Amino acid sequence: MLAVSLALKSVRHRRLAVALTVLTIALSVVLLLGVERLRREARSSFTSTVSGTDLIVGARSGPVNLLLYSVFHIGEATSDVSWQSYREIAALPEVAWTVPLALGDSHRGFRVVGTSPDFFARYRYGGSRSLAFAAGKPFDDLYDAVIGARVAEQLHYRPGQRVVIAHGFGGGPQMQHADKPFRVVGVLAPTGTPVDATVLVSLAGIEAIHVDWRSGMRLPGHEISAAQARTMDLTPTSITAFLVGLKSRLAAFAVQRAVNDYTDEPLLAILPGVALGELWGLVVPAENALRAVSAMVVLAGLCGMLTALLAMLDQRRREMAILRAVGASARTVFALLLLEAGLLAAVGAALGMVLLYVALAALRGGVAAHYGILLTLGPPSGEEWLLLGAVIALGLIAGCIPAWIAYRRSLADGLQVRL
Amino acid sequence: MPWGDTAPLLACRDLRFSWDGLVDVLALSRFDAAPGESVFVCGPSGSGKSTLLGLIAGIAVPGAGTVAVLDIRLSELSAARRDRFRADYLGYIFQQFNLLPYLSPVENVLLGCAFSTRRSACAIRNAPSARAEAERLLDALGLDAAALRRHRTVDLSVGQQQRVAAARALIGAPALVLADEPTSALDAEARDAFVGLLLTECRHHCSAVVFVSHDLALARHFDRVVRLAPPARREAA
Repeated sequence: MLAVSLALKSVRHRRLAVALTVLTIALSVVLLLGVERLRREARSSFTSTVSGTDLIVGARSGPVNLLLYSVFHIGEATSDVSWQSYREIAALPEVAWTVPLALGDSHRGFRVVGTSPDFFARYRYGGSRSLAFAAGKPFDDLYDAVIGARVAEQLHYRPGQRVVIAHGFGGGPQMQHADKPFRVVGVLAPTGTPVDATVLVSLAGIEAIHVDWRSGMRLPGHEISAAQARTMDLTPTSITAFLVGLKSRLAAFAVQRAVNDYTDEPLLAILPGVALGELWGLVVPAENALRAVSAMVVLAGLCGMLTALLAMLDQRRREMAILRAVGASARTVFALLLLEAGLLAAVGAALGMVLLYVALAALRGGVAAHYGILLTLGPPSGEEWLLLGAVIALGLIAGCIPAWIAYRRSLADGLQVRL
Repeated sequence: MPWGDTAPLLACRDLRFSWDGLVDVLALSRFDAAPGESVFVCGPSGSGKSTLLGLIAGIAVPGAGTVAVLDIRLSELSAARRDRFRADYLGYIFQQFNLLPYLSPVENVLLGCAFSTRRSACAIRNAPSARAEAERLLDALGLDAAALRRHRTVDLSVGQQQRVAAARALIGAPALVLADEPTSALDAEARDAFVGLLLTECRHHCSAVVFVSHDLALARHFDRVVRLAPPARREAA
């Protein structure tokens, strides 16, 4: 008890130097816990990039490949799904809804997705959040387009803007569907998902701009004007992939098997959550590197504390001699310094925790909007308590060094202080 | 009380001490103090005055010879027991910088009995609380305890600091007070006042004093004067 009171008063006396040490530890704890929490939330946000969708169906390739081109718009589909197969699977009794996706065109570097208006109602991300409009409304007319938040931000588009869709991804002026321009009617709110970098148009719109094209080339002499296209049957012959919602999630495996065994053409159905988890597996090494770095920062913080304690030790030789003179044992001197190190580490860890919550509360709005990561303000997890305990334990272990030096010194110096 | 008949409070015999095992810094065949006696120890630099106090305090152990306080041979006690013994029976005043800056003056005095239940019990024998006894001692040593409450320890003058240190050494009536040149930083007037007050309080508590100084002008205040001579050079075997 006496040692605790002496340690507290001694620390308070040196509060300026001590405060810096505590701050160093606190910041390293913020980093350690912050990285851990961000990692966890990023993972859960990522694995729920597509939620509410039970299956994604596309031409047969690999699960990650299908996920990459259908959801993340990375790479291209090797093959399409015929409109007939799509209709047949959509008509299965277990299927509640489907949303078709037609990919392959772009606008100034952003992918264009042809889909149905159901997309806005059915698409869910980050748990159960649905798409919201920052401005405007879903597409209605054949030549209407809805743009994601990042498209709007980077290209400074607003509703009413005319956009020309390019065939494929990049290419010269001949590869533009300039004869059939679209008009922006809606801007989506940020989601932190690939939807932000997407131009959404109706499936019929995609069909319309391709009516006078064959095999990626405009048919010479057969130009069909935008107005003429409106009068034509614009049912597509094929789509790239489609999202499936089931009446009961229990049917997911049965429908998946039915799609994979489909005889008319080779198809693949994936459970998005499983495939997203598989995809996240790719970044695990990076995750671990990040954790290693934050662990290093904590070690650096504790080394800072050790340095400060050792530096103060010389100025405190007199203090130790006085304590020895009034009857404190060398063991008490050891305990006093160990207690001090433990105290600094514990206060640093606690302060770090407080700072973490302050930072989370301050940043969660922006992070959710820009990265689609939902930061929760829940109580610390068991793992976080464990990390905090580890920081304090390491602080105590580090504190043994100055404590041991003071112990040896107080035995050797006795009551004389050699400075 | 005839001192000659009582067992000496402090008895040192054939003391030798060296830091490196080669050159003695102290060689003393006999050094005693009776209960309540005040002894003035003087000698040139290097005669081992501070070392002698360290040996009596039980911080260091002599290379040869014995130190007995209250008939207890310190070298036969374990280090932890010596620390307890020091807390219980000895008061110590340093040359300078006696106080812990992070404790108030009164808390510094109370530190003198913080490590000893015997001294704490003694302190409250003639005062309602240990704190009251600390303040009484400060008053007795010429400090205004009430005014001192408003001062931080670091703001005290050197003279005031040494008086607080004396109060700490005296609280709980230790059998023996050791003072290592406590007046060397004081001017002549303050020096005599300090020694006078210290000895009065020691007499009041029946505490013996071993007072080390090179200032012979102070010797007249004490019961007895002991001169230490530097030890003869002893060559390594």
